[in-house]
Amino acid sequence: MSDHKTMTLTLIVWRQKNANDPGKFETYTAKDITEHHSFLEMLDCVNEDLINSGKEPIVFDHDCREGICGMCSQVINGVPHGGQERTTVCQLHMRKFKDGDTIYIEPWRAKAFPIQKDLVVDRTAYDTIIQSGGYTSCHTGGVPDANATLIPKEVLDYAMDAAECIGCGACAAACPNSSAMLFTSAKVAQLAVLPQGKPEAAARVQAMLNTMQECGFGNCSNHYECQAACPKGINVKFIAKLNREYLKALFK
Amino acid sequence: MILDGKCPTGPIEKSWDNHRFELKLVNPANKRKYTVIMVGTGLAGGAAAASLGELGYNVMAFCYQDSPRRAHSIAAQGGINAAKNYPSDGDSILRLMYDTIKGGDFRAREADVWRLSQVSNNIIDQCVAQGVPFNRDYAGYLDNRSFGGAQVSRTFYSRGQTGQQLLLGAYSALSRQIKAGTVKMYTRREMLDLVVVDGVAKGITVRNMVTGEIECYAADAVCLATGGYVNVFYLSTNAKGCSVTANWAAAKKGAFFANPCYTQIHPTCIPQAGEYQSKLTLMSESLRNDGRIWVPKKKEDVGKRPDQISDEDRDYYLERKYPSYGNLAPRDISSRSAKEQCDDGRGVGPGGRGVYLDYADSIKRLGENTIRERYGNLFEMYERITDDNAYKTPMRIYPAPHYAMGGLWVDYNLMSNVPGLFVLGEANFSVHGANRLGASALMQGLADGYFVIPYTIGGYLATVKPGTVKVDHPEFKKSKEDVSARNNKFLSIKGKRTVTEFHRELGKIMWNNVGMARSKESLTEALKVIPKIREEFWQNVNVTGTGGEINQQLENAGRVADFLEFGELLTRDALHREESCGGHFRVEHQMPDGEAKRNDADFSYVGAWEFKGNDKEPELHKEPLKFETIHLAVRSYK
Repeated sequence: MSDHKTMTLTLIVWRQKNANDPGKFETYTAKDITEHHSFLEMLDCVNEDLINSGKEPIVFDHDCREGICGMCSQVINGVPHGGQERTTVCQLHMRKFKDGDTIYIEPWRAKAFPIQKDLVVDRTAYDTIIQSGGYTSCHTGGVPDANATLIPKEVLDYAMDAAECIGCGACAAACPNSSAMLFTSAKVAQLAVLPQGKPEAAARVQAMLNTMQECGFGNCSNHYECQAACPKGINVKFIAKLNREYLKALFK
Repeated sequence: MILDGKCPTGPIEKSWDNHRFELKLVNPANKRKYTVIMVGTGLAGGAAAASLGELGYNVMAFCYQDSPRRAHSIAAQGGINAAKNYPSDGDSILRLMYDTIKGGDFRAREADVWRLSQVSNNIIDQCVAQGVPFNRDYAGYLDNRSFGGAQVSRTFYSRGQTGQQLLLGAYSALSRQIKAGTVKMYTRREMLDLVVVDGVAKGITVRNMVTGEIECYAADAVCLATGGYVNVFYLSTNAKGCSVTANWAAAKKGAFFANPCYTQIHPTCIPQAGEYQSKLTLMSESLRNDGRIWVPKKKEDVGKRPDQISDEDRDYYLERKYPSYGNLAPRDISSRSAKEQCDDGRGVGPGGRGVYLDYADSIKRLGENTIRERYGNLFEMYERITDDNAYKTPMRIYPAPHYAMGGLWVDYNLMSNVPGLFVLGEANFSVHGANRLGASALMQGLADGYFVIPYTIGGYLATVKPGTVKVDHPEFKKSKEDVSARNNKFLSIKGKRTVTEFHRELGKIMWNNVGMARSKESLTEALKVIPKIREEFWQNVNVTGTGGEINQQLENAGRVADFLEFGELLTRDALHREESCGGHFRVEHQMPDGEAKRNDADFSYVGAWEFKGNDKEPELHKEPLKFETIHLAVRSYK
């Protein structure tokens, strides 16, 4: 904890004024960075330097900075969220880098996530997918007691594994087809196994899959890049579950 | 002015049921004629927007994030309380109410807390129906755990991500209504002004954070579910975008700000590592279920590795001071105790600002796997940030600003003193008194959103004619001009210091002088320093870019400018409250053993401040607090 070594890094960052600007890479230097800086704190320092030298700071999405809101979205050295297992950009720390490193920083790149500025993209498409069926149609009030329907722990754990998705978009950004299959399947699978979600399972999977395609995401061809990039470790088995649910729905 | 909370009278057990019966209703066919604005889409705002949309109102919902799923409610980890009494360990609605009133150090309204406790059970049912995966046992029944300030197990949880799962539940209900067309969602919009027409709230002015456009929206009622303000301390556990801006805009338009000095400093956060630090990370209070908190008994031991300090040389100070609650003492008490140990020179880690949270005994008792199952994600998070493995060595923790009990003043119907302006969740002041118990924030957010506002807003709307004010009203034009002028002012200063530098400077004075321990001297000094920082800000801030694009510097400038005004009010409130209660600790007012000393004779009231202009003193209005069901008593956790 106590060493005061600092690092100097070269950053090659995607800068794009707005949605219509073609954009380009710019090179910056990050100085006096310690191993305890988070990646975003390193960028904060670079931005303070940029402002003080009369330049425009780098715009990037972030909010909770504790790995749960899903707002941060950067491709670091070609890997969404930077490649540390089960870790969002905001939780990535500079001890994973070394003095003198060159780091490439880019936004998510997927047709359905248009770039708005620098590293900021529009992820409305994920909301659109959820709006097409990622819920149970229960009303506020008028529902049974929470213990009225028992749910075996294995089922619950499976649902929770799927429900951990933070909707950051790394899966689509990592996919060679820009598919949102991991994201879509996580919600489909969670609700398909829970008794509360079963009645609408068939309609849900069809609506969500169709919407995913309408939004401009590609299809899944089993590269599994999504699982490798997912900061919450969402498993591709949920894609298999989605496919099974989809087939079941077709024969209903 | 003496404020009236308009609480129902009569037996508390019937108070909410009777009140609901007495509220006026809006005919189902007429509901769609009414437009309601919902600012914020966390637990309170998301749940309320979904429920009001489903009832048939025409809802416009706004959030500053790119999606309503990202509100900071998502970061709540530990759990949500409810008086289900599933474990049959003596819980009841009355006991949850009692614990909440006592935990809040007798500075909350009884009727509101009763209602919260009563609807807590509905929340759990609602969430399960939405598919929220609460932890269950092997037989399929819901599991509970304990939280601070309670001697029963009433906390429901989804691993260490309860807030996330509850928010995604509310988000799914909201998504369903967006699809159905009852809710129109406006993302990446930041509310910068409240529009009041003839004394009644009729709309808002927002900045479109993508195009930079200043937009106006009119409605028959405005609801703020805009969260808390502890980013006034700069370093806190809140998300970076959390601010007082929407609430402060309302305060400047006449809404009273109640008890701003009641801020919660959470005991279990990861200590600060350096000056560059941008936020502090909370580790769920649930960790205190199995972790034991200690510091070395001897000052000369603080530099040693924890495993080199034998058990008899450790001071398990919470267990020592509060044998019946031990490590589960309420947050204010636990935080202050940690500060005392560190002030005494027995803190550990950099700067001596840390205490140990040790799992060795629990791992011995339950095995590493059980601990991993209960807290695995928290241990992982701790390791990512600190590079330490908490299965092998104790965690180091230190208190950090976390939650605001204070907020805009509301009556029992959650309406502020400005008619038509409703305030929900953390943004209002109503149920937590001077200290919030763990797992109660989620409960309040969802209670307000699902089960309170859908009734009480109807009672208001039934008395107003829909659609009387449109955005072409002169008040909207003026609001738009004011907001644009302020943004242009920020951009034109072109000074020498960044927005963050000012925020850090404000945070430092707030934390040192208005933090966990406050004194007349420290507060008076803060009241001198804050206006100076504010003055320099308006002369010397450097906001880059233009107004017509995504501009995070401009967004932040507005938030920091508001904190620079609001921080002064918070300090003033702390100075006026000559007592210690809950999260508000005045060193002049303590018992011989260092416990908080309340002054019920003079301060058993809600202090609601009316803004009068930056260079004028705000006016204090009081709402006396009555305790008829739970009797005023000295709070003891010994």
